[in-house]
Amino acid sequence: MGFRNYILVCGGTGCESSKADLIYKTLIEEAAAQGVADQVQVIKTGCFGFCEQGPIVKILPEDSFYVKVRPEDARELISEHVIKGREVTRLLYNKTPKKPLEQVEDIQFYQKQLRVVLRNCGVIDPENIDDYIANDGYVALEKALFEMSGDDIINEMKLSGLRGRGGAGFPTWMKWNFTKQAEGDVKYVVCNADEGDPGAYMDRSTLEGDPHSVLEAMTICGKAIGAHQGFIYIRAEYPLAIHRLEVAMKQAREYGLLGKNILGSGFDYDIEIRLGAGAFVCGEETALLQSIEGHRGMPLPRPPFPASKGLWGKPTVINNVETWANVPVIIARGGAEFAKVGTQDSRGTKVFALTGKVKNSGLVEVPMGTTLREIVFDIGGGIAGGRKFKAVQTGGPSGGVITEENLDTPIDFGGLQRIGSMMGSGGMIVMDDSDCIVDVAKFYLEFTRDESCGKCFPCRIGGKSLYNLLDKITIGNGTEEDLEELKTIAHAMQKGSLCALGQTAPNPVLSTMRYFPEEYEAHIRDKKCPAGKCKKLIRYQIDPSKCIGCTACSRKCPVGAISGELKKPHSINQSACIKCGVCRQTCKFSAITIE
Amino acid sequence: MAKLSLEELRALRARESARMAKRDIHGKSIHVVVGMGTCGIQAGAKVTLNSIVDEIEAKGLKDVIVTQAPCQGKCDQEPVVEVYSPALGAVAYGKVDARLARQIVDEHIIAGRIIKDHQIDLEA
Repeated sequence: MGFRNYILVCGGTGCESSKADLIYKTLIEEAAAQGVADQVQVIKTGCFGFCEQGPIVKILPEDSFYVKVRPEDARELISEHVIKGREVTRLLYNKTPKKPLEQVEDIQFYQKQLRVVLRNCGVIDPENIDDYIANDGYVALEKALFEMSGDDIINEMKLSGLRGRGGAGFPTWMKWNFTKQAEGDVKYVVCNADEGDPGAYMDRSTLEGDPHSVLEAMTICGKAIGAHQGFIYIRAEYPLAIHRLEVAMKQAREYGLLGKNILGSGFDYDIEIRLGAGAFVCGEETALLQSIEGHRGMPLPRPPFPASKGLWGKPTVINNVETWANVPVIIARGGAEFAKVGTQDSRGTKVFALTGKVKNSGLVEVPMGTTLREIVFDIGGGIAGGRKFKAVQTGGPSGGVITEENLDTPIDFGGLQRIGSMMGSGGMIVMDDSDCIVDVAKFYLEFTRDESCGKCFPCRIGGKSLYNLLDKITIGNGTEEDLEELKTIAHAMQKGSLCALGQTAPNPVLSTMRYFPEEYEAHIRDKKCPAGKCKKLIRYQIDPSKCIGCTACSRKCPVGAISGELKKPHSINQSACIKCGVCRQTCKFSAITIE
Repeated sequence: MAKLSLEELRALRARESARMAKRDIHGKSIHVVVGMGTCGIQAGAKVTLNSIVDEIEAKGLKDVIVTQAPCQGKCDQEPVVEVYSPALGAVAYGKVDARLARQIVDEHIIAGRIIKDHQIDLEA
């Protein structure tokens, strides 16, 4: 007798932090306790992407999509859904039982998405190599080892048009080709899993949900360029991804898919993990290689590029996790097939971590050429709390803001550059009208200032100067000259910095100044923060016509700045007020306003 | 686990793909729904469900998914089984025992003939 039901429990870091692991264990216990252990298989998968609604549990074959599940719901899921065939309506995403043949794809969040990189996330058990093999896993490796030469593999990569997903978008086949042609007996393959952009978790989720895809891809590259050793550089703060990688590597070695004489082909290849300590600059390729070698993670001048002189001075291919995850699909299905999706400029799909003030935050994979409006409003469901859309930051601290007027730009490498941002690795932070644009720029500069390695002075001193000027503007001491100064320093950093960290760190400043000049002006000329965010520039006021004198705010005020008699309008002592905003949150009559 | 040869990997994949295919619900055109309300279970729906699933496995059908559903309001006709297919549309059967369950798989799903004697109208 086969299984009647399959229960897929999300095992991504997001859902695990909301007790998904306990839900998984409880479901297994409940299935046993209620006597249906032989009829139902409980599987822990990778990330479903719909993190806003986690922890997520999906039950097949009904395709019931349960959201915000708690461990105590396990008993009911077994007794009602599995045993009686009744969907537990209160836990369903759309709260209505499904009609026959209706599927999860009908949920708006998943429409317009196309899962290539995340093809196995939320589908297979990442800790079971057999699941990966069942879904065409290691088909590409078979082809690469037994049917293709190194040049064939590189040619297929060229046909695919794949460009690096780490941010810069360099054609992947060219990197491989340069490294293959470089002189030397020893060559290396490196996976850059040092994901560091604030709010970004594409690579972590890929490794957690489908680690074998990266191992398979790196082995194929090894065959193509003549390397026998790969390294995965991953930050130690990704323990679950590291664990799943270790399990995957162990299983691959047991099957002979890593190690000596893979599948009897005579090709030897193995992979080691190197843990990073979480320095943003180590995502820069030359700094990353330094760190693997055991040195302090600082960038080196390029050229020489890693393709000619990389790890321990040997020719090295270094690609990002998402780039790797595309490779088995390209080799298995053919480069031309892969290239059918996307735009002329950028082929394939892109994964984005959609976060910020959007209703459905989560992991999203769309064909290149999808517009930002489709991502933010159709997939993301628009702005949370009914507020007004202001901008999206793409490309993390190296990118820029995109405003309403450019929302219909098709997203690809060239398209985003033309509107003053960049693809980056795929962080996408949505802002509403309560976000101050100067404060956002300051946030990113604080980040890049702290993360600068300090080796070259344009980045080390420039970043700090930009931050100080922005800070000055947000506390109301900014002058018109400061705006010019910001631009001068920004351009100097772009020209003079050694690596991409310093070269791109001014982008958030330049892009916010380009699209929101009036907001900078308001801070400088009027000493006002239109979004009501910069504490030094706002005043909390009590509207006497609305205040009923309930005293709720004065009791909550942590510094005793609010006074007034019961049932009479209160007032705020501005010199004592610390602008924490607690009074405004407390007031039930909207009597407290920001000015 | 011993290291695999190319042939062993391919054999393993064929086996595992067949296992995973059972989990897959996409692109299946025929959908069988078994009523598993309290009334249905009391009338023997569990036996019905198992008979259908086992018959589908025995005949090696790949284009069918079988799901459970709550009571449809025809408690006197339980166990109720509905079959959705492109050729025959939605058809419901009443009082489906193990024998009729196998007959539904063989006649309705495989041969494409409605078993008129046992058909019921859920709307009536």
